[in-house]
Amino acid sequence: MALNYDQALEKYEPTLGLEVHVELNTNSKMFCGCATEFGASPNTQTCPVCLGLPGSLPVVNAKAIESSIRIGLALNCSITPFSRFARKNYFYPDMPKNFQTSQYDEPICVNGYLDVTIDTDEGPKVYRVDIERVHMEEDTGKSLHVGGATGRIHGAEHSLLDYNRAGIPLVEIVTRIIPGTDKYAPEVARAYVAELRDILRSLGVSDVKMEQGSLRCDANLSISPRNSGTLGTRSETKNVNSLRSVERAVRGEIIRQANRLESGERIIQETRHFQEESGETRSGRSKETAEDYRYFPEPDLLPIVADPAWVEELRVALPVKPSIRRKKLQEAWGVPDKEMAAMINAELLDTVEETVALGAEPTKARSWWLGEVSRLANEKSVEPTSLIQPSEIAEIIALIAAGELTDKLARQVVEGVINGEGNPSMVIEKRGLKVVSDDSSLMVAIEAAIASQPETAEKVRSGNIPAAGALIGAVMKATGGQADAAKVRELLLKHLGQA
Amino acid sequence: MAAISREEVAHLARLSRIEMTDAELDHLASEMGLILDSVSKVQAVADQDIPPTSHAIAMQNVMRPDVVVPSLTNEETLSGAPAREEDRFKVPQILGEE
Repeated sequence: MALNYDQALEKYEPTLGLEVHVELNTNSKMFCGCATEFGASPNTQTCPVCLGLPGSLPVVNAKAIESSIRIGLALNCSITPFSRFARKNYFYPDMPKNFQTSQYDEPICVNGYLDVTIDTDEGPKVYRVDIERVHMEEDTGKSLHVGGATGRIHGAEHSLLDYNRAGIPLVEIVTRIIPGTDKYAPEVARAYVAELRDILRSLGVSDVKMEQGSLRCDANLSISPRNSGTLGTRSETKNVNSLRSVERAVRGEIIRQANRLESGERIIQETRHFQEESGETRSGRSKETAEDYRYFPEPDLLPIVADPAWVEELRVALPVKPSIRRKKLQEAWGVPDKEMAAMINAELLDTVEETVALGAEPTKARSWWLGEVSRLANEKSVEPTSLIQPSEIAEIIALIAAGELTDKLARQVVEGVINGEGNPSMVIEKRGLKVVSDDSSLMVAIEAAIASQPETAEKVRSGNIPAAGALIGAVMKATGGQADAAKVRELLLKHLGQA
Repeated sequence: MAAISREEVAHLARLSRIEMTDAELDHLASEMGLILDSVSKVQAVADQDIPPTSHAIAMQNVMRPDVVVPSLTNEETLSGAPAREEDRFKVPQILGEE
């Protein structure tokens, strides 16, 4: 019988390490002036340098160096006094040069760490993730595999290459083995990538969009029998393109490897690809034959010697750490831990902050974004922030506070904005969603309700206050939900001599 | 004294996807051996006071500002491609069936 996660963990200990690749958001590529814009038509952001044409010479992008150093500093790394590029040679059509310009034994940043907090059975626990190195390299081109059953590389008849992405600056952040994660390995992996992403976002060095591939995570995982004191053979899982997938991929690999060992098979050192639908990993190229990169110093690029004064300047100018910023926001807003965690998990903290900055009350801003807007976004399978602007939510919240909208009307306004009917005031105008607050028009509706339900009205007159609900309902219906129910109740009870 | 074996040359040829005959492998093994012998002579002369050199001229920090310059057009990019399809380079099968 196959082992489940808990059974796998009873017998085996996992060992986890993570490699994160982040595409920098520079305007131009790492070694040439080609644009880096996402989604351009194929092979239109290419030149002799990034196509590897004979005689072309690369020159490094100063901004990319600066961003790399800032990343290193934010991750508590040492910036190496002398750093060099190296050629990583491999024969594969995603790099037209037949090598990737990378860094080998002289990376730009080394020996850092990042602390992440996760919820454990014993309460919140901090794990220190040691960073071995941060190095610079370039992204590869995009392949399209044609023919075969599934569009996968296996069985494809031929492949089509777009080199727009080839040469975009890429920074690789490599952790050491993260000790003592045990059954929390999936959660620690996720928390690390989430925290790293927040830091990179706060530095403004990358779009950090996992679904677009500007932030990619490879999970290295091995397992060994408990208390054996040995390390197992590791697999490297790629293609993990969301935080949730990071967690699922690590969990899935622990289960897969445990079951392989249980059935007497060995673990092969290989690259595996995460499958979003099944949550499982599938074998890719076998590392046993692929890893022979023959690195050597890149003769066409000069070494980087970072001026210590410049590094200090960059260090002083680093933004506030996301963990500290979160703490400050939570204090300022007076939000409980659970609600704070919900905003962070939904990736709506920045959005709520922006909405609050525009004058909205924090709890209101939180509940609109996490409630109605998230619900509609889920229905459409899009990001909440793609549906409506913080300024629009702030405007709607202000209108509710001013008594010009009820919650119910406000939901219709949100729906209208999302349907592209314009900004909130345009939707209110077009749909006629103003709260009916003038007493005389409400009284007309109240009298009509009493006339149609004379017996109910009589009950209320004789002191049965709860019976008024049916009349209030009728008035709300008659006014299309645009009346303020509290106001209706007040007027109605007064009219029937009960207030 | 051959500093590089015939098998090593065959391995390098495989990594570079260069097909070689037995005669070529023999020839290259001895030729590359000679090159390596010459390099090791330099190594014997270079003492502690001479740092390893990766570049002919000792320069550093040559960089360009992050400014976009025009790229080649798609037509220019693909003009040297042996085969093309849908504005992309067309390459032969990369991996066979599993």
